[in-house]
Amino acid sequence: MTFWTYRRRDNLVGYLFVAPALLGSLAFVLVPLGMVGWYSLNEWNVLGGTFEFIGGENYARLLADEKLRDSLVATAWFAAGLVVLNLSLALLLAVLLNQKLRGTTLFRTLFFSPVLVSLVAWTLVWQLMLQPEGSVNGLLGVFRVDGPNWLRGETTAMVSVVVVQVIKNVGLNMVLFLAALQGVPAPLYEAAKIDGAGAWRRFRSITIPLISPTILLTSIITIVGSLQVFAQIAVLTQGGPGTSTTVLIYYLYQQAFQFHHFGYGATISVLLFVIVAALTLLQWQMRRKWVLHES
Amino acid sequence: MSRLTALIVAALLALTACSGSSAQSGPKSLRMTVWTANEAHLKLLNEIASEYKASHPDITEIKFDSIPADGYTTTLTTQIAGGNAPDLAWILEESAPDFVSSGALAPIKGKVEKADELVPSATKLWEKDGELYAYPFSTSPFGLFVNTDLVKDLPKTWEQAVAASAGKNLVLPDFKYQNWAVLSAIWRGWGANAWSEDGKQCGFSSQEMKDAMTFVHKAIFTDKAIPGPGTTVDFFAGNAAMAVSQISRAGALKDAKFGWTLLPLPQGPKGDYAVIGQAGVGVLKRSKNADAAADFLGFFTNSANSVKLAQFFPPVRQSLLNAETLAKSNPLIKPEQLQSVVIDGISKGVVKPSHQGQEELNQTIRAALDPLWKPDANVGQVLDGVCAKIKPLLERP
Repeated sequence: MTFWTYRRRDNLVGYLFVAPALLGSLAFVLVPLGMVGWYSLNEWNVLGGTFEFIGGENYARLLADEKLRDSLVATAWFAAGLVVLNLSLALLLAVLLNQKLRGTTLFRTLFFSPVLVSLVAWTLVWQLMLQPEGSVNGLLGVFRVDGPNWLRGETTAMVSVVVVQVIKNVGLNMVLFLAALQGVPAPLYEAAKIDGAGAWRRFRSITIPLISPTILLTSIITIVGSLQVFAQIAVLTQGGPGTSTTVLIYYLYQQAFQFHHFGYGATISVLLFVIVAALTLLQWQMRRKWVLHES
Repeated sequence: MSRLTALIVAALLALTACSGSSAQSGPKSLRMTVWTANEAHLKLLNEIASEYKASHPDITEIKFDSIPADGYTTTLTTQIAGGNAPDLAWILEESAPDFVSSGALAPIKGKVEKADELVPSATKLWEKDGELYAYPFSTSPFGLFVNTDLVKDLPKTWEQAVAASAGKNLVLPDFKYQNWAVLSAIWRGWGANAWSEDGKQCGFSSQEMKDAMTFVHKAIFTDKAIPGPGTTVDFFAGNAAMAVSQISRAGALKDAKFGWTLLPLPQGPKGDYAVIGQAGVGVLKRSKNADAAADFLGFFTNSANSVKLAQFFPPVRQSLLNAETLAKSNPLIKPEQLQSVVIDGISKGVVKPSHQGQEELNQTIRAALDPLWKPDANVGQVLDGVCAKIKPLLERP
């Protein structure tokens, strides 16, 4: 019997094929992930060059941190606002652009184009537009409305950050919804019409169930994405005014890179990881309840 | 699987072994992080470096690495954390306590030429236990730049300054309703302090601070002298009556299309005072070439080079602090202005507030001061709130 049996050779070829991807994810995903976990158990003073094992102390600090609580509240508002606004707007646009009307191609391009714009450039332009004497208030002035100082009020700053992000990314969800809508078989609508169903009834009982897998997908992408929004906050508000827009990931950045608490920063990123994982898992479980074909 | 794990561990060990530090012999190259990208600045720095290399053949390269001032300290500490520390670094005054106390910097006193002639008020921030940990290469007093096309009667007091610039803009270019420490250029005139000398007591709730901040609030929202939050006005383009800024900014006025002059900071209720911004250069202890870097720092800051640097960065050597020497390298500023703003400023000035854990204090105070920047703010209440927020940070050992 030789060592290189047919079976072994076959296995080796298989391993060699997956090796590049496996090594890549090992080096750039799993090892860093493990290191974050390890850092979170240490006090790492970058300037002094000390690295000291402190066990669960960073996690105890997590529980007692009042600023973290504020940050979680800000994150929840941000995520909720973003998901509700983004998904409903994306679905509305998709339904409108799914009609057989003139000019829909032009509008599809228009609504999708912000997705392709560089994020920081997009945010910087919005920062100028949201100044007290910027074009947003200029436009409001035409209607004799005295616009607020958008980025300096606690509520208006949060609304601004959410809206800027929604307009940037709504096109992506819109395209996904559009593709799903076009996959709904026309005979179903016809049959419903014959049965006397109105437009709303057809939308609720045919469209929604049939595009529910896409709704699940977009809501997962949007929620996970909303927890990772950083550049917009860094450019528009730096977490202010007060701490009203200090979302979790911005707080993590402050702790690690600005305040030099790298160990604690790693602890916050473990928390973020757990939150994202839990939300995704929850949605995945819930899919059985409301996604068609999943029972 | 266990063999695979062993392989990975071995590879990681090999990687870390390579990055272990040991003193290098033979040809060396040095890297200094700076926050200027100004061509004239870099030209001068490179000239000094070339001269040094000519007499030190073992130094093959001295590289000035420009990092944007915005986020400079963050980038620098990230480089250090990533094991890619520079050999030398410019350090902002606000991060001085963190860098000096943490032990990140190597002692340099022995390498500095005539260290005993450095002005004590300027070296204070960079010393620990009698040793010097960075050379204060730039000590730049705050002054009041006045656009004489817009303002005829030069102000002597803050009241006059605000009255004269009502509706015409009195700007604090670096403030942006974020960098609150810049306001110390005003509140020192009221005798207020961010915190006590030992850094343990909060100063924001003091009566002096409340009076000073009430004045600032009124100057913004009632007198409409200081531009409100979110509005940017450029003095150096001629759009403002006055600007509170450091004299190292005078270079921006070289091609100014308007008449201007430079005055010492106006008087507050407590009379004359001066506030300075500072920057030091330190040698990172972890640098493989720390010795060579410290040696270069000694050369970089010797008397001859300090004279050259003085055109951009006011020197702290007693022998150079006279209007005559400074005038040679500062053609834009008149000798009497150099005397009143720079020389008097450096000798009697206090450095902008700085504290251990400065960045966390910065952000906490920034957030706590935000409610102040509204027309109907309750100044006293907001300032008491600042103290409530930063008390635990100041008391931290």
